[in-house]
Amino acid sequence: MSAATADVATVGHRLALQRRGTVAVLVLVVLLASLRYGDAFYSGINLTSYFDDAVKYSLIALGMTFVIMTGGIDLSVGSVILLAGVAGGLASPHGAVVAVLVGVGTGAAVGAVNGLLIAHSRLEPFVVTLATLLWARGLGLQLADTQTVVYGSGALTSLARDKIFGLTTGFWLMVVLFVIAAVVLKFTAWGRTVLAIGDSEESTSLLGVPTRLNKFSVYLLSGALAGLAGVVLGSQTGSVSMDTGVGWELIAVAAVVVGGTLLTGGVGSIGGTLAGLLLLQVIFTIINFENGRGGIEINSYWQNVVRGAFLLVVVLLQTGVGRGRKKS
Amino acid sequence: MTDVTHEGPLLEMRGVTKSFRGARALDDATMTVGRNQIRALIGQNGAGKSTLIKILTGVYRRDGGEVRLDGNAVDFRSTADAQKAGVVTIYQEVNLVPKLSVAENIFLGRFPRRRGFVDWATMRSGARDALAKLSLDIDVTRPLGSYRVATQQMTAIARAVSLEARLLVLDEPTSSLAEREVETLFGVMRSLRDSGVSMVFVSHRMDELYEICEDVTVLRDGRTVAEESLATLNQYELVSKMLGRAAEQVASGARTSARPKQQAEPVLAVSGAASAPRLRDASLAVYAGQVQGVAGLLGSGRSELLRSVFGADPLDAGEIKVNGRTGSLRTPGEAIAARVAFLTEDRRAEGIVPHLSVRDNLTLALLPKLTKRGIVDRKRQRQIVTDYIARLGIKAQADQPIVELSGGNQQKVLLARWLATEPAVLLLDEPTRGIDVSAKAEILALVDKLAADGMGVLLVSSELEEVVSACDDVTVLRDGVSVARVSLDRLSEESLMAVMASGEAVPPSEASSPDVPQKDKADD
Repeated sequence: MSAATADVATVGHRLALQRRGTVAVLVLVVLLASLRYGDAFYSGINLTSYFDDAVKYSLIALGMTFVIMTGGIDLSVGSVILLAGVAGGLASPHGAVVAVLVGVGTGAAVGAVNGLLIAHSRLEPFVVTLATLLWARGLGLQLADTQTVVYGSGALTSLARDKIFGLTTGFWLMVVLFVIAAVVLKFTAWGRTVLAIGDSEESTSLLGVPTRLNKFSVYLLSGALAGLAGVVLGSQTGSVSMDTGVGWELIAVAAVVVGGTLLTGGVGSIGGTLAGLLLLQVIFTIINFENGRGGIEINSYWQNVVRGAFLLVVVLLQTGVGRGRKKS
Repeated sequence: MTDVTHEGPLLEMRGVTKSFRGARALDDATMTVGRNQIRALIGQNGAGKSTLIKILTGVYRRDGGEVRLDGNAVDFRSTADAQKAGVVTIYQEVNLVPKLSVAENIFLGRFPRRRGFVDWATMRSGARDALAKLSLDIDVTRPLGSYRVATQQMTAIARAVSLEARLLVLDEPTSSLAEREVETLFGVMRSLRDSGVSMVFVSHRMDELYEICEDVTVLRDGRTVAEESLATLNQYELVSKMLGRAAEQVASGARTSARPKQQAEPVLAVSGAASAPRLRDASLAVYAGQVQGVAGLLGSGRSELLRSVFGADPLDAGEIKVNGRTGSLRTPGEAIAARVAFLTEDRRAEGIVPHLSVRDNLTLALLPKLTKRGIVDRKRQRQIVTDYIARLGIKAQADQPIVELSGGNQQKVLLARWLATEPAVLLLDEPTRGIDVSAKAEILALVDKLAADGMGVLLVSSELEEVVSACDDVTVLRDGVSVARVSLDRLSEESLMAVMASGEAVPPSEASSPDVPQKDKADD
């Protein structure tokens, strides 16, 4: 009994420490990189591509954070980006607003299917979203006739590239969404219930709190944000290619875990996810930069090796610290 | 009855029935709870207590019968429904959300809001107020799980109070509390009662029932067999109602087979064993060739005693010696090495591997010994399996998945699994639960034979008849303490029941029954 109590007591504390650790490492890495590369590190083009990548990943990581907080997982987001990106691209000749609505709507529709199957039919999130990963990608490829989809609307393509205070609209979109999400988590009954479900779904419903709608809505949200990410991507690059989104769901999961959200749910942080994502991205940017300078020879495949290794280190730290505590 | 008749009782449940897949869980269950009353609800495992509570609180829907709250017929479809009507349950395993803060646990599902947003300041002060009513002053922003179980339980009660509960159901709230915490809980319960809340209190500890409750509802096999005032019912009568045996009924304790004489050294000696929260001070000795019984009511620490002997639960105090070894067994691995075998109570959860064959299930514990350079010696495996199937009369093919077997045959396979390890001490926890009468008799005969062949057997059973007919000697546990030892010549259901209920009093004719009235010193 006492072991279990002590365990619960330290989980939140440990993850809070880890979040601070993530932010500290992020700052440290950026400082070291600036010392080493000087102004070249901040050269406009580099920063823009860094944040362009961060924006699209961060949108799916944001949805994933809520899903994981309920104790679930959404493996379909990478495929949803492709499907919604294609749908948005096909709708783009009708104007930027239509493209965004179609993209987000497509994502939300896929998310709703996931949510219904998980919350209502009580199927396992892993299996349901794995199936969606397959069918959504297939549907996207079919819809695009396996050709790269070009975003036609001028208004839309300039949208993500326009700059406010020297940073892209996409960047500001990301910042605003994360702030809203943090407020929602902390200050709405919906947000607190998300955490309660992840901690103990049975207890939550025994306490008289309905859980189905809440579970349904996190998958809806995750789908909608992935849809938005698809349109943002199309807007950034002017097109959506057929290999878009492959494996991105795992980048999102990695960012959430590094950011100090418990994979089994119940404890988590919105800001942590952003910090985790930015940290992972900084590390790849530096690898690319070193490649460019000829300092090291690492091809892009190695990025995934680094990603995997980094994730393992974080998980080891999480559980290692936990075990050390328990013994004492 | 102490019901306030001019107003009518707060709750009336009449003729409630409920079946699960054809199996009757409740068959004409009745419970009445008066105003400002604390009512005890008792019954053995499987008597239907939990089902009745879950019907009352909207977790299950009843098949038949009626439930009236304040005289109005009610039919709760969910716990939320029941909560709205003022019926709140506090479950045995505190069913709250441990990683969220104390304040959130009290207000989950009804957060105070300002302009749509959660109003944390109001929530915290509300939580502090609710806890203050129970004289508890803690940091409500910390995660609930960081507090001790007693505090978590108080939080659950605070939640109930702030929900303005009129009827509070407490399902074994004391099972994981220390004595002092129980007193605090009772204090809170009394003040709640005085402020107009009625309660249903489930506990297996007789002393507690008599301390806090006025009336009792006794369930047996899904039926209400008594609704009486505790003032007119002594512990002895209460237990006999619960077990369904007339107090006068005396079963024959005659044994058939002769057992070897007791040796000087017991194969298993337990002295002063304690393991939080249930086991407090248990002592007993088992000699080779003897079946030592352990009797006691549910929650008396019977299973916990076996778990401690097997090294599955750590000892806080006391000593357990096996085969003259010094030092207690610390892990099941050590216990198996010391030739101790443990047939657990829950066959499905802890015993069988459902989709593996009888052969694989039977030889699971033996695999390391059957394996040479990583390869299982199939020939020897087959031989052992054939041997045990014949010896124990298991009605099954070696290749049959164990799920296809009847409960009795499954149990025999599990018993064979342990016998194949050639144990010196065999621990049996409810070995005949859920199996039919003939298989029961076969297993008990087998146990008898094993002892006759020189094994030391420790048998836990909640069926007194079984204890009386199978054991040479019975140690009675009460609230985690071994209160008496009853030897073969005085063994009867009546004498056991008396000791189980009161721990001391034995009907006058049997006054000298327990060898040692207070504490067993068999291992001296």
